Amino acid sequence: MLVSGTIATRTTVRLSNAVVRFAGDSGDGMQLAGDQFTTQSAMAGNDLATLPDFPAEIRAPAGTLAGVSSFQLHFSDQDIHTPGDAPDVLVAMNPAALMKHLESLKPGGTLIVNSDAFGDRNLTKAGYEANPLEDDALTDYQVHEVQITTLTLRALEGHIERGELNKKEAERCKNMLALGLVSWMFSRPIDETETWLQTKFASKPDVADANITALRAGRNYGETTEAFVFTYEVKPAKLPPGRYRNITGNQAVAYGLIAASVRSGLPLFYGSYPITPASDILHELAKQKHFDVSTFQAEDEIAAIGSVIGAAFGGSLAVTASSGPGIALKTEAMGLALVMELPLIVVNVQRGGPSTGLPTKTEQSDLLQILHGRNGEAPIPVVAASSPSDGFDAAIEAARIALTYRTPVVLLSDGYLANSAEPWNLPDVDSLPDLTEVFAFTTEPNGPDGEFLPYLRDPETLARPWALPGTAGLEHRIGGLEKEADTGHISYEAGNHHAQTLLRHERVQRIADDLPPLEVEDPSGDAQILLVGWGSTEGPIRAACHEVRQKGIPVARIHLRHLSPLPNDLDDLLKAYPQVLCPENNMGQLAMHLRARTLVDVQTYDRVTGQPFSSSELVEAIEALVTEVPA
Amino acid sequence: MTTNDAKLTKKDFTSDREVRWCPGCGDYAILATVQTLLADAGARPESTVFVSGIGCSSRFPYYMDTYGIHSIHGRAPAVATGLAIARPDLDVWVITGDGDGLSIGGNHLMHALRRNVNLNILLFNNEIYGLTKGQYSPTSPLGSKHKSTPMGSLDRSINPVSLALGVEATYVARSIDTDRQHLTEAISGAYEHRGASFVEIYQNCNVFNDGAFMALKAPDQKEHNQIRLRQGEPITFGPDNERAVVAEPDGSMSFMDTREAGDRVVVHDAHREEPTTAFALSRLSHNPTGPTPIGIFRDVERPVYDDMLRDQVQEAVDTKGEGQLTDLLSSGNVWDVED
Ligand code: SF4
Repeated sequence: MLVSGTIATRTTVRLSNAVVRFAGDSGDGMQLAGDQFTTQSAMAGNDLATLPDFPAEIRAPAGTLAGVSSFQLHFSDQDIHTPGDAPDVLVAMNPAALMKHLESLKPGGTLIVNSDAFGDRNLTKAGYEANPLEDDALTDYQVHEVQITTLTLRALEGHIERGELNKKEAERCKNMLALGLVSWMFSRPIDETETWLQTKFASKPDVADANITALRAGRNYGETTEAFVFTYEVKPAKLPPGRYRNITGNQAVAYGLIAASVRSGLPLFYGSYPITPASDILHELAKQKHFDVSTFQAEDEIAAIGSVIGAAFGGSLAVTASSGPGIALKTEAMGLALVMELPLIVVNVQRGGPSTGLPTKTEQSDLLQILHGRNGEAPIPVVAASSPSDGFDAAIEAARIALTYRTPVVLLSDGYLANSAEPWNLPDVDSLPDLTEVFAFTTEPNGPDGEFLPYLRDPETLARPWALPGTAGLEHRIGGLEKEADTGHISYEAGNHHAQTLLRHERVQRIADDLPPLEVEDPSGDAQILLVGWGSTEGPIRAACHEVRQKGIPVARIHLRHLSPLPNDLDDLLKAYPQVLCPENNMGQLAMHLRARTLVDVQTYDRVTGQPFSSSELVEAIEALVTEVPA
Repeated sequence: MTTNDAKLTKKDFTSDREVRWCPGCGDYAILATVQTLLADAGARPESTVFVSGIGCSSRFPYYMDTYGIHSIHGRAPAVATGLAIARPDLDVWVITGDGDGLSIGGNHLMHALRRNVNLNILLFNNEIYGLTKGQYSPTSPLGSKHKSTPMGSLDRSINPVSLALGVEATYVARSIDTDRQHLTEAISGAYEHRGASFVEIYQNCNVFNDGAFMALKAPDQKEHNQIRLRQGEPITFGPDNERAVVAEPDGSMSFMDTREAGDRVVVHDAHREEPTTAFALSRLSHNPTGPTPIGIFRDVERPVYDDMLRDQVQEAVDTKGEGQLTDLLSSGNVWDVED
């Protein structure tokens, strides 16, 4: 409906938080619109969390359910930890987007649909037998039918006439029109977005101008049409003081790796093979070569980790990253890095599996693969990031362990963390760990007869010397065959193999002696249920705990940064609570691991839908546990 | 390539480990040649790294008193690539075999060569799997009867030199384990060359495939079958140079009586930019059972991958200045939250 005229007054409703979801065809630019709305929200001082969700195909068939791409943003005047469960506002650019996402819209929620896209063909492709805009399918919602395509074309008539862009190109600006409208709804200034468009299309000023025109047209449409009676406002959140920016998990990991390189004084070598959802780490690092970063796009996953082993031998802070299928290919080389006792980091940005699985969807199902998926007794330390910005600290911690103990370390992230954004309180660079203190290159022979013993260990950390090629007198040869103690010479002796195997376990186990005590969140101190989480489930678990406490159920919560070795104080903690619940986006992998280690009857809550948990489903899971408690 | 004035000897490159190849194995001769030529060339043990994969030949690094990595099957070129990128000051060598380098590790070999990483790759070709006790390999001639192919192998073999030239390797040579002088020349050329060098060495496995290279080694045959490539010279062979290599109109090469060939005889030029002629030469034999070219097929200068990679890092530093963490973290949109 195209409405002209103006209305004088309009009510602005203050909200504490809101969830907005943009959904459309993968060619509709929903990720861009969402990203920009996120920036606007960040600049407005809201706390926020995002959930991009897109198909694995670059251009899935237009108009189909498979081709729907969406971006959800949760923003608040409070501290929040999840991208939100059900949206308050859904923008549906076509019938397929409506079909796929209507179900999750809150009853009474606001629905903005691009009515131009509701022709018969699109309706059929989406599986509608009748046009939902014409029957009573949407009566539960506040529906705004907006001719987004028509409005966009009309706004750009002049551009088309002047030949600056054709009709098809003009149509592509409709995501900006939708964004302009939503920006207006939430009382957001659009100048940041305009600046961003100018930069993005700096080489194509006509395109920049057209997008800005569409953006303004969307805002003006909201302003002038009578259809929108309310606008909304979410005040800035009371975040701890400091300087903030938005950051995604992949970006945070990349920055953390650079920080670890700077703080250790070692050049960063990053060897990897493109894979969803890890590639953005490579893209980010490739932009930062001036930090003495070498990026090597290898011919395959095995070559990627092979190159990293070579670079670590040469004295670099060496890192590779992949996702489940790629990690599977790297396992043999991870074993080699383990027995060569070289410091390096393997980042696993987990996605849905098995096999190719769900490339663009999140899952935590590689935990057991990472803990156990190598031939032989092959312990490797594992740390996990728990939020997008936490990727920064997690990467530095992975580097600290690798350098201190001379070992490969796995850093676990996942598809949700990788692509989601949140505000990040920037750390003071000087307060970051000084990694020059945790290692030193060996420069002198260490043996009793002036020889070099590459496996003579530090008595405390059990770390072996890191002697770089180029150092005279320390020439040594090492490889994947079992080694004799100290000399590192090949040894097939039975007793030696057993002793070396024990040593390699002990070496990893000792890392736990150096870890800070676990932080237990148990505000009332009388919780009967302990929630144990790891990785990206921290947000939903934290939010769910908060919610059930408000309902009067005391629950305690811990979150594991270190998954191997597990913290020393974990066993007593688990035994201290009558019930332990471990929610995971897998079939109970950590729970299995914890049960084996502690013999505690850890309960699981497992879902593998390719989406992060909603806090409401976790609330239900906790409540179900409460009713089980005998009176 | 690292040089230093202090004169070293073969002993300085010899480790204290007992060499454990079968008595009579061709690997011994190659080891001795490499140890000697490195000393003669002025290489430094501390700046030399040997990286190998898995197989008999891959035990090589243990016997060199240099730095060394005995890596995993087929992956040595990848490991060596990372090391070469990280450390331009080192001489990085890859020791591989026909199974390691052309079967399980074919992908890495191909990419290291086409990238022109600064590596010296020595491929010991014995046309057999030795360490796993005698299965046919990717270079075994079609129809080879070994443990896993009692009725004869069914797949055509790879010609390693053709493969290397096919991916435009910048230094490609072929030599023979026991021909000390020729082997020294071929490997020294690799050592001198900046970029990826590839040397195929016919290596006798006297336990599982004895005599595979007799056509080129037996006193009564070698003069008839070794086609020695000499830079700038017409390619002729035979006891009295009575046979010549000539180019055919279809681009291939063939043999002809030298007297009849006249000025059709191909003059060898390893420095030709185009690898086409070298490739045609490599096709003169598929397996070394008859006349087979040995020597340096190709030796050209091309930009080196790891040099260029480091140049990009330097260029980034030059244009953007050395990276500052605080700037990085606060790049993009930032906002301040007051107390
Ligand atoms: S099996 Fe063959 S290649 Fe291996 S060491 Fe023995 S002779 Fe040499």
